[in-house]
Amino acid sequence: MRIRLLPRITGWHPIATTLILAGTIAAIARFTYGLGATTNLSDEFPWGLWIGFDFLGIGLAASGFTIVAAVNLFHAKEYEPIVRPAILTAFIGYLLVVLVLIIDLGRPDHFWHPLVMWNPHSVMCEISWCLMLYTTVLSLEFAPIILEKLNIFSPIKWIHAISLPLMIFGVLLSTLHQSSFGSLYLIVPNRLHALWYTPMLPVLFFISCIASGVSMVILESLILSRGRRDFLPTPLRANLAKIIAVTLAVYFVVRVQDLLTRGALHELTTLTYYSIAFYAELLIGFVIPFALLLIERIRTSRRGLYTATLLVVVGFAFNRMNTAITGLEQYPTQTYFPSLIEVFIMLGITAVGFSAFSFIVKHLPIFEAVAASPRIPTEAVAGQPEPIFLSREGGDLESS
Amino acid sequence: MSQKKAMLIDLTLCVGCNACQGACKEENRLPPNEEKYLSLTAYTALSKYNDLYIRRMCQHCEVPTCVSVCPVGALSKLEAGPVAYDGEKCIGCRYCLQACPFHVPKYEWSSTKPRIQKCKFCASRLAKGLQPACAEACPTGATMFGDRDELLVEAARRINAEPAKFVPRIYGKDDVGGTSMFYISPVPFEQLGFDSRLGKTPMPMLTMSALSKVPNVLSVGGVMLGGIWWITNRRSEVQAHEAALKKGEAYQREDNP
Ligand code: SF4
Ligand code: SF4
Ligand code: SF4
Repeated sequence: MRIRLLPRITGWHPIATTLILAGTIAAIARFTYGLGATTNLSDEFPWGLWIGFDFLGIGLAASGFTIVAAVNLFHAKEYEPIVRPAILTAFIGYLLVVLVLIIDLGRPDHFWHPLVMWNPHSVMCEISWCLMLYTTVLSLEFAPIILEKLNIFSPIKWIHAISLPLMIFGVLLSTLHQSSFGSLYLIVPNRLHALWYTPMLPVLFFISCIASGVSMVILESLILSRGRRDFLPTPLRANLAKIIAVTLAVYFVVRVQDLLTRGALHELTTLTYYSIAFYAELLIGFVIPFALLLIERIRTSRRGLYTATLLVVVGFAFNRMNTAITGLEQYPTQTYFPSLIEVFIMLGITAVGFSAFSFIVKHLPIFEAVAASPRIPTEAVAGQPEPIFLSREGGDLESS
Repeated sequence: MSQKKAMLIDLTLCVGCNACQGACKEENRLPPNEEKYLSLTAYTALSKYNDLYIRRMCQHCEVPTCVSVCPVGALSKLEAGPVAYDGEKCIGCRYCLQACPFHVPKYEWSSTKPRIQKCKFCASRLAKGLQPACAEACPTGATMFGDRDELLVEAARRINAEPAKFVPRIYGKDDVGGTSMFYISPVPFEQLGFDSRLGKTPMPMLTMSALSKVPNVLSVGGVMLGGIWWITNRRSEVQAHEAALKKGEAYQREDNP
């Protein structure tokens, strides 16, 4: 089933090539001339666009653990077709984030230090460990797909044997570091603006990553099923949309309640640099998509879902960038705007990510194989086994 | 155990001669130009508020934020008080710049092998039993070096002796959990550019409340997820079994019409 109404990305190849080339040149400049000459980072603003990108990448890659947990731990088997795309997204996302982190370090040659020199009091240390371990877990979860293609089966058996603890470990690691990215800012109550600083940061980061991760899966399924068989039935996608709506609602309540209890609500009564940024984030990423997703017609329409999930992702980007940049600016005396080199490195790496994704999708059995695989009984999609809450609606709709 | 050292900075005695900065620059082999702000080449600097001069420098906190955030332990709190830095360990994540409540560490942005720079509390001089270069150079005794507890007594004595001259507060006594630099002042500290929002709890506590939950998340979460897997797995097994039974019945019915 082709989806015609979605915007088509034409001329993707030349654009990607240009971006990757520009990014490579920018990266060479960064390593030759140092951070000072090539970025707008400073003592007042030691973290900038790249950290924001890391937040974003990790948050969007949250699809990896949410879907794996839903399908393999909660046995919502009807979502099996999106497990592989979700793992692939997460795997690429994490590799890129690690790459950006290393480029961002003042001493990239020392990047391995956190693995041997521990500081258990440091959130950064915990994050480094989680990133490393979880990327390993993801590569093990991903390895069978490559091995299958190469017809090497013995390691698959081996990986299969440890798959349950592996998946549980992966979900736990994700829970930890998704929230830890928020914990990074717990220590700067004097710097981060009251609209974003809260002891609840880790909780909020965790909730929002679920919404954005699942949105990413929907977006992917919509974009990639253009021109090929739709691998995710509409009722299942509508059901995922409900999960997003609920997550957004929970987020909204926690966020507003937190502003109330901290007495920070008055920051919103006047339009300032900060309150505008806050409203933009909350409206675009949470309120509007929530309202949209309440409507059944939108949940079952591709275009509607495309709009709503795109809004979630954009609003999520706003949220992370606001936490990492806007909230730390001292407007108007001290602001930060990324340099061209910072931007090009980020765009280049994003282009690498998209290209890698489309390349792998073309050459490895990410979508088709699972749908065709005999491992999955037909009832799984038709909705007969009725595992738990995740699947109820999808199953019913499909069978009726 | 060696005594914890500290410095007492009496703002009423400072005449703004900048001798401390000069001596510090000489001791640390930094370019001798006079500087108004902390920088890579100025570990201490004087800022002027009306007719008062305030010496800024690393506070050498008792529970230092920078030490707690550094992922590789490049920063460490020495027993004698100084917060020391090891450039060989540092990965350049700049979390310390971001987190230090006093905006102290500065980064060598223009270098391709950058390091952090900040006041060292003359750790190597302290180890030799000498006092910091800046304290030695101070002509008026505005910067006074000594044992931490003795200096606290001295600061309180000065305030009590002339209550009209000082505001009743020793800045650094327990701000952010206490520091190694004490200030006493004739005007409220908020008017002198000191951050009054920092409070008495050491900043690292804010992070500890989140980090201390890590083991719980791992253990409780692990058991819970395993349990959910077991329960839901059992359910689909039962369903599969029932489905098989039904099919069986259907066949039987077909067999015996
Ligand atoms: S003042 Fe800043 S740099 Fe100095 S010890 Fe305290 S936290 Fe660390
Ligand atoms: S920049 Fe260096 S010293 Fe500062 S926190 Fe990072 S690793 Fe530690
Ligand atoms: S203690 Fe040493 S390093 Fe620090 S300001 Fe004084 S002279 Fe400079």
